Amino acid sequence: MPKPNGTMSVRSAAPTISIIDINGEVNSFSENTLMDAYTQASSMGAHTIILNFSGLSYMNSSGIGLLVTLLIRTKRQNQRLLACGLSEHYRQIFELTRLNEAILVFDNEADAIKSAERIKAA
Amino acid sequence: MSDSNGSREVPKDANWAGPVSKLKVPPMPPEAINLNVEGRGVSGPLQGFGPLWQKTYQVRLSGVKQTPTEVMQVWKENFAKFQPPGNHFYSSLEGIKPGEIMLLDSKVPVFPGTPGAIPVATGMMVLYVDDTSITLMTPEGHPESGWNTFSVFEEDGVSIAQVQSFGRSADPIYEFGYKLLGGEHLQEQTWSYVLLALAAYYGILGQVSMYKTCLDPKYQWKEARQVWKNASVRTIFYYLGAPLRWIRRLFSPGKPAR
Repeated sequence: MPKPNGTMSVRSAAPTISIIDINGEVNSFSENTLMDAYTQASSMGAHTIILNFSGLSYMNSSGIGLLVTLLIRTKRQNQRLLACGLSEHYRQIFELTRLNEAILVFDNEADAIKSAERIKAA
Repeated sequence: MSDSNGSREVPKDANWAGPVSKLKVPPMPPEAINLNVEGRGVSGPLQGFGPLWQKTYQVRLSGVKQTPTEVMQVWKENFAKFQPPGNHFYSSLEGIKPGEIMLLDSKVPVFPGTPGAIPVATGMMVLYVDDTSITLMTPEGHPESGWNTFSVFEEDGVSIAQVQSFGRSADPIYEFGYKLLGGEHLQEQTWSYVLLALAAYYGILGQVSMYKTCLDPKYQWKEARQVWKNASVRTIFYYLGAPLRWIRRLFSPGKPAR
């Protein structure tokens, strides 16, 4: 099986907010990488997970499918999924596939964290 | 698993459909019914009513010397021909390209295990295309809400052709049909037929493997209102209105009614 042409790393932005930094490509070969990153973020106690796409080089339709799968998983765990750092092109793809109706999209990481903290405070 | 990492021969943006709020159907072959697509929005796996299923169908193309790209090209060129009888796909002159519309005239069953009988005229938007995959997204009113990816990849030196559907029944009527009238079985038969037809093109008696996962068992009741856009119901009304259109045509010879 081909290896994924991308990496994902997890860091904590606050006790209940984790960020997954996505670098390189997201396609069907990224499934294990993404789900491992999600598991790591969850084990850190994250209620909100922010997908940081600023290092994304390419995403195909299978990659978008993986995001839907991840979204369903986070919903089951009562977690929230946010996105930031998307290029204009991938913002359009989120709109086209109507992912933006379920994943809030922010311009940058700081805005996403602020939003997550506001929701937590409320 | 399933797909390429994206084509490198074309600009990357060219693989995806452009932004669209309402679908616009280009000129189509006259035999296409062309209903229930024009002016509709698209509907993905997050929309729709029933549980969300991911279903993967595969056939091994053992002995085929062509690359996955070449096999995919054959598949694209014969996309309509590889459909089962009664499932008619129509594309514009542009063919299968990102953002293009494909129309589909099909039939859904009345009783479990019986062939399709209730007509449904709908279509799909080409969401994504690269050298080794095509993804089609459904419009509102289509039986399923989601997308289907058709791809070819290589595993252990053998080309594998795959159909992966990712969607939910679009509304309560379709969910009833899927669960109780054999719609789900018909859908599974359809994609198996397509893969076997592709294998037969290469002279292979293929064997289709299928595995499915329920990603989200919940019903999305807020989407039940989509029943107003149900393409099958609207197609039935279209057929019931045929005599009226015929009479109208008698009195307006310049305006062909359908």
